[in-house]
Amino acid sequence: MTRDDIRAAILSIIKDIAPDEDLGNLKGDVRLRDQIDLDSMDFLDIIMELRKRYGVEVPEADYQKLATLDSTVEYLEPLLKSK
Amino acid sequence: MSDGGGTTAARVVITGIGLAAPNANALPAFRQALLTGKSGVRRITTRYMGEVLAGVCDFDELKYQKKKELRRGTRAGSAAIYCANEALADSRIAFGTVDKSRVGVYLGVTEHGNVETENEIAVIKEYNYDVRFWSHHHNPRTVANNPAGEVTLNLGITGPHYTLGAACAAGNIGIIHAAQMLRLGEVDLAFAGGVSESIHTFGIFASFKAQGALASHPDPTKASRPFDRDRNGIVVSEGGCIYTMERLQDAQARGARIYGEIAGYAINSDASDFVLPNAERQAQCMAAALRKAGIGPDDVDILNTHATGTKQGDIQECQAIRAVFGSQARVQINNTKSFIGHAMGAAGALELTGNLPAFEDHIVHPTINVENLDPECALPGLVLNVPKRIDKVDYILNNSSGMLGINSVVVVKRCSRRSSS
Repeated sequence: MTRDDIRAAILSIIKDIAPDEDLGNLKGDVRLRDQIDLDSMDFLDIIMELRKRYGVEVPEADYQKLATLDSTVEYLEPLLKSK
Repeated sequence: MSDGGGTTAARVVITGIGLAAPNANALPAFRQALLTGKSGVRRITTRYMGEVLAGVCDFDELKYQKKKELRRGTRAGSAAIYCANEALADSRIAFGTVDKSRVGVYLGVTEHGNVETENEIAVIKEYNYDVRFWSHHHNPRTVANNPAGEVTLNLGITGPHYTLGAACAAGNIGIIHAAQMLRLGEVDLAFAGGVSESIHTFGIFASFKAQGALASHPDPTKASRPFDRDRNGIVVSEGGCIYTMERLQDAQARGARIYGEIAGYAINSDASDFVLPNAERQAQCMAAALRKAGIGPDDVDILNTHATGTKQGDIQECQAIRAVFGSQARVQINNTKSFIGHAMGAAGALELTGNLPAFEDHIVHPTINVENLDPECALPGLVLNVPKRIDKVDYILNNSSGMLGINSVVVVKRCSRRSSS
């Protein structure tokens, strides 16, 4: 997957988890939780969907690396490169 | 509202009604459906079992919830939120000025959590039973207080909330418990009734089928047929019905519209069998409720039966009614499950509710789908297939019972429509 593919994949997951939100103006470098209504249970949904859809296991120690859209793409790029 | 104004003698009234039934989403439409023979039963496909008959609701889930809240919660929670908000709107209580710590939510449930557990097992089955795929939402969705808790989250209620697990006697028990808490002065306003999401679990259908108690009929709308000679079991339904309940003095103080007063009630246990009902205990329960109401059998105008359409259960209840009311009773007898199936935790509350308009219009809705009355169910006051107008309606008795031998009876008394009049 390219970086654009990964970004689209993350947005697709967030769209399912936060269906009331408009993701059109989401800034890549600002914390997701500061832009949309996303709590810890929602965040665990993102982790679960990455596991289900792409077989990616994010260890708890790395959760902070998924704070923004950009940092999430950065983190997932090596894990999804071959997918 | 008063602060802690309860006494054991305080009179408790119903001031708002919200409901989601398989054939209607508000009381006027529900009443109309019951007077015109409109069923809410249809075919659905359920996991592992294929096609089954069920009472399915179509209330607007997004009327009071965001999509995300709907996704996070349960079907029972969603039904409860819909019904509680509808009841609140109907009550015309100025909720913004209400002390939310003095509000209680008491909801009867037959079961809760099976839906989510079955769903999660289906998910992990797709991943070779790897439990890493089991959702973190499972516990908050399956805790027994879930439907009541979702109401408090939605309405910002900080008083007590919980469900009352009481099999199919639960809807009445939610109402009874609210009356008790209002009398004790524990709360000033109660949201009370029952909810059911049972059609979303295959297990309830499979278990009734294994027991030989799952209804079947080529025409789904005729499948639920209590008292009919050819009845062959239960139609499982979902639904909800929640009242706002207040002490009479509080309701009068705000000039509330009053649907009826909780005149009497009783709950007892058969202590005889896991599944088979016990006519003697059912009779004792009805008699106890009448004593508490301070009335005799001849004072009751309408008796709504619990009858579910099982061979033995319907006969047992008829025996119990004969024991209390005698064979020449004037009471008019009907059944709501013949329209909507068995709404489980919501059944008692929905069934009582469908009769409350009779205080004003004096019409007894019928039991439908009775083509050949079972002689063993031939009670003198049975209203069959078409509505019946009677001279007056002052008291309605609502019967419910459930597995493990639990019976609940509520007696509601007519009040003037406007408490200030």
